[in-house]
Amino acid sequence: MTSSVFLRYEVLRTFRNWRFLVLALAWPLALYLSIATANRHHSFDGISFPVYFMAAMLTVGTMNSVVTSGARIAAERSAGWTRQIRITPLSTRSYLRAKVICGYLLALLTIGVMFAAGTALGVRMSASEWLTLLGLTLAGLVPFAVLGIVLGHLLSADSLLPAVGGATTLFALLGGAYGFQIATSGPLFQICRALPSYWLVQAGKVALHGGGWPAEGWLVVAAWTLVLAPVAVLVYRRDTGRA
Amino acid sequence: MTTGTDPGGGIVLSRLSKSYGAVRAVRSVDLTIAAGETVALLGPNGAGKSTTIDMVLGLTRPDSGQVRIFGRSPAQAVAAGLVSGMLQVGSLIENLSVREFVTLVASLYPHPLPVSEVLELTGAAEFAGRPTTKLSGGQAQRARFAAALVADPDLLLLDEPTAALDVEARREFWAAMRAIAARGKTVLFATHYLEEADAFADRIVVLARGEVVADGPATEIRSLAGGRTIRATLPGVDLALLATLPGVLSADRHGDTVILTCTEAESAARVLLSQFPEVRDIEVRGAGLEDVFLALTEGQDRDDISTQPQETR
Repeated sequence: MTSSVFLRYEVLRTFRNWRFLVLALAWPLALYLSIATANRHHSFDGISFPVYFMAAMLTVGTMNSVVTSGARIAAERSAGWTRQIRITPLSTRSYLRAKVICGYLLALLTIGVMFAAGTALGVRMSASEWLTLLGLTLAGLVPFAVLGIVLGHLLSADSLLPAVGGATTLFALLGGAYGFQIATSGPLFQICRALPSYWLVQAGKVALHGGGWPAEGWLVVAAWTLVLAPVAVLVYRRDTGRA
Repeated sequence: MTTGTDPGGGIVLSRLSKSYGAVRAVRSVDLTIAAGETVALLGPNGAGKSTTIDMVLGLTRPDSGQVRIFGRSPAQAVAAGLVSGMLQVGSLIENLSVREFVTLVASLYPHPLPVSEVLELTGAAEFAGRPTTKLSGGQAQRARFAAALVADPDLLLLDEPTAALDVEARREFWAAMRAIAARGKTVLFATHYLEEADAFADRIVVLARGEVVADGPATEIRSLAGGRTIRATLPGVDLALLATLPGVLSADRHGDTVILTCTEAESAARVLLSQFPEVRDIEVRGAGLEDVFLALTEGQDRDDISTQPQETR
């Protein structure tokens, strides 16, 4: 009950933050509309470019949503707001959960907008293919949501924007989200395949071919989550001085 | 007076200590506050007031000792919504109006007061629609005060609540606080203004260098702090005689001027006037609070000198 009101205000605050909306929504949408329109009859990586690039821009937008949502903890720590929260009955768990849910809600909005943009550019998929893309995107975001919480406790308010922008851009670039793949073979390709962002971008192709990621994709997403989660617990404890 | 808690428990700080590196911020503080009491934590900057309040709130973990709030640990009391506080630093959340901010905080507590009532009481109603980032220092302070009050806690902790306020706002603040305290709340506030502590608290606890150096009813502490000096022109008088006058602690002379250090300047002045009609240029001055702190904490310097080099090594 208490945390639901808190969540509502978290969402309200998120939608009043225009920088956040630009990064998560306007930027990927603008890129998609301009680049995918120009290449709408091309194919790429074995599928039509508009489908590939839709999943790619979904990756950019949703990744920004969940990472930034968690990383905003940094700003709230500097402002003393987290201290104020800690002397209210709201548990830190509810506070962190609200950050993650909020990031996911914005991600869902981005997904809806990008699906609509894709449809407008002639992307046609069956309901089950859309749902697969949706499900894989939501699953692939889990390590990024945890990453957001880690960054939120490691960063200062000043380093927030460059660090989050740098990290998500690097993940997007190496994952192939900007419409080209850095490498298609060799060690660099192996590194790219070990990133959860690569599998987020691949979700479009995977959805079209039916089924889900190969085991490798699930393994990468699970491994990143399992490695980042204890780090999040550690930095959180260090930050609050609580055991 | 308190609801849903053990009123006998009150707030108990036992042997509470906290160091930051070589700095011993709080040293073995023992303090018991009865439910419904309003207590001022008075002391100069660096006396350990904020650290003590942070430990009562559970924000800072003590090195040793413990805090019990109505029989519970700080974390339990906070989780149960029995406590709210106004911290010294920051804490206004962005992208909300003042009303939304106070409503948000209210939603976190089990039995909050009506938001409009609290905005009215704290004088925040006039700028309730404004974004929290577009407030003056005094307005931000009122918004924070409103957020602390709306929780309707049994224990209210205020860390230098009037720091950013001008004289008028300060007066309004304490008027609002009186209304709250009248509802039987337990209030602990930190201040370095003796006048504030005296005007508002039932009891004043003087903290200096992390230790409780005085603890008593406001009137008692004020008389301690109310040490005054009388200066007057009185040539050729016997200093030893002056020193025996009622209310006089010691007497000193600079040329024709005598300086009397008093515990009760009023009686001393009265007697001085009646016994020495020739006295001229009488001037009564309050001893500064800093002087009182120094007087109360005299003799502890040696302790500092002997312990610090070992710790800073």
